[in-house]
Amino acid sequence: MSERSYPERPESVYFFGTCLIDLFYPGAGMAGIELLQREGLNVIFPQAQSCCGQPAYNSGYRDEARAVARNQVRHFPKPYPVIVPSGSCASMLRNRYPGLFEGDPDEGAAVGFSKRVYELTEFLVHVLKVELTDLGPPMKVTWHGSCSMQREMGLREEPRQLLAQLGNVDLRPLERERECCGFGGTFSIKLPEISAAMAGDKAGDVERSGAEVLVSGDCGCLMNIAGTLEARGRRVAPRHIAEFLWERTHDKG
Amino acid sequence: MTKADFRAGAARAVGDVQLRSNFRRAMDGLMEKRAAQFADGEELERLRTLGESIRSRSLARLPELLVQLENNCRENGIQVHWAETAEDGNRIVLDILKRRNAKTLVKGKSMVSEEMELNHFLEAQGIETLESDLGEYIIQLAQEMPSHIVMPVIHRNTAQIAELMERKIAGVSYTENPDELCRIARKVLREKFYKADAGISGVNFAVAETGTLCLVENEGNGRMSTTAPKTHIAVMGIEKVVEHLQDVPPLLSLLTRSATGQPITTYFNMISSPRRPGEQDGPQEVHLVLLDNGRSRILADPELRPTLRCIRCGACMNHCPVYTRVGGHAYQAVIPGPIGEILTPQLRGLDVRGDMPFGSTLCNACVEVCPVRIPIVDILLRLRAEANSPEQGGSVKGAGAKREGKEAMAWKGWQAMHASGAVYNGLSRLLAKTGNMMPGSVGPLKAWTATRTKPRFAARTLHQMTRKRGIPDE
Repeated sequence: MSERSYPERPESVYFFGTCLIDLFYPGAGMAGIELLQREGLNVIFPQAQSCCGQPAYNSGYRDEARAVARNQVRHFPKPYPVIVPSGSCASMLRNRYPGLFEGDPDEGAAVGFSKRVYELTEFLVHVLKVELTDLGPPMKVTWHGSCSMQREMGLREEPRQLLAQLGNVDLRPLERERECCGFGGTFSIKLPEISAAMAGDKAGDVERSGAEVLVSGDCGCLMNIAGTLEARGRRVAPRHIAEFLWERTHDKG
Repeated sequence: MTKADFRAGAARAVGDVQLRSNFRRAMDGLMEKRAAQFADGEELERLRTLGESIRSRSLARLPELLVQLENNCRENGIQVHWAETAEDGNRIVLDILKRRNAKTLVKGKSMVSEEMELNHFLEAQGIETLESDLGEYIIQLAQEMPSHIVMPVIHRNTAQIAELMERKIAGVSYTENPDELCRIARKVLREKFYKADAGISGVNFAVAETGTLCLVENEGNGRMSTTAPKTHIAVMGIEKVVEHLQDVPPLLSLLTRSATGQPITTYFNMISSPRRPGEQDGPQEVHLVLLDNGRSRILADPELRPTLRCIRCGACMNHCPVYTRVGGHAYQAVIPGPIGEILTPQLRGLDVRGDMPFGSTLCNACVEVCPVRIPIVDILLRLRAEANSPEQGGSVKGAGAKREGKEAMAWKGWQAMHASGAVYNGLSRLLAKTGNMMPGSVGPLKAWTATRTKPRFAARTLHQMTRKRGIPDE
């Protein structure tokens, strides 16, 4: 959370790509890795990683969630920080693993693992203290902070601080920027009417902001809001913050 | 009535444009008022810490505090009754009324009496009950349930209330003037206060060390209901007790500021005895009915116990993006919104309301504002696990009742895909190749694509990309 104390800049870090990024937004994952490599870090991507287990955990299937979680705990064994390009998955790994493994033979490993977890923007700001130079054209952008990013990880200012370093980016606030977009994982499928109403309101908010690009740190929210905007025929490009930062700050020549 | 189901209620409510705009406007106003009360964030957090510790301490010592409360109430002349179930509670109230030959009664606002369905029970026994809180009075006219625990009629706008009062009260003509509407209600209620044989109220806090019942209200109807009739019956859930008199001011401050954004309510009643010799007013008899109705079971589980810290301010519903979209009736429960999602299934059983813990996006807006820091999301997650538990029984009533073979099988399949790196790598590559061929109009995707475009699988997974780029694996 916000009072967290941060380590010195390490030599090596693990990257936990998340299953949504793996399957739907791999470019965001690659961009996250490149942002870390540019800072001189050795980035390790264990190929056996899969999913944090949150879908089953939030649905009340804890045994299934634990079996999947165990696969992650075992494949990130060295004492390196684990960088996660998602507030939601980072919160699962960081805040839920200790409870999920209570009384389990892997409890010690799970607790140790959870303490090494950092959300990507959190790590860029607090540990790497990155300085960015904007190479992109002028652009109107809005930011959607996910509920887990804001309220479970306590990360409200970190993404904004990174976006604010981009001189040509005009950051437009949403009217209800702290309100949930209605994704909620399986909530969107189990209670589709409410989820659609919430996503519709959020999409309207994004439209009214006048932004050309919608940036977020969580692909679930992006998929939900951008999917709604697209179904309405609106042209607002969705971008994961890692991809957006990388696109605007690396020299393509 | 068919089995209560949040999704069905929510689907109906979400399509009601008037209802949605009524709630959105009302909740925006309440959030603003609360924020104005807590401009100093540090003061708020200090007060929340205090509120949480007072409530936790009371719950940790609940059995002995209840005995202390009972003894001190008795010493003050208040008659104390214990009710294990709602039926017991109703029967106790009825017996008191019968002994006093009471035929009519006025009620102050009480969520516990709603939980007991006391009005319904008494009406069936030929006893007339009249709700005297303005909001409760209006929903009684409309024969509805409260849609909010603090503002029971918040789902109706002024025009809808005007129309109802014109239709239901003899000799009343249509007016949208709120003062005029209040005057009409007041006239009806005044008369009833004087004539009623008994008054019923809830209790916000009961002080163990002094045997005092505290009642928080804005309309004076609570004071009238508890002082004008000859008999006063207070009903309360056993969790409402606090240890010391000095525990009350911080809780009261948290309650009124969180609930309605008021620094304090217009009325705050401290009831400590029936009329004493020489006193001019007050009831001849005061009774306190202590209701368990499943609370002891919640108390016994350390992870679920914080549910009972609740002081019923309603801030969690005011800040809930789901509640705001559908309103209280969609929940088909006495207590709606986030606190209802954790309390109702525990009191009534997961077999009856196992749907409720799933009616949340887990956004934590409720947790952020709860004045006594109830970890609502943690408890929702625990209840979801209990509802789908492979074993029947456990500490929550009706555990395992919601588990369905098809869903359990789907999660087993999900586990098989994600618990092994090798299986995951194979299947995720297959999805990258073929996933986009899946039709969007069937299965779980159908609900998604009704208002959104279908998610598109990338041509290559991040696993494939990192391998190709030579990113080290260990």
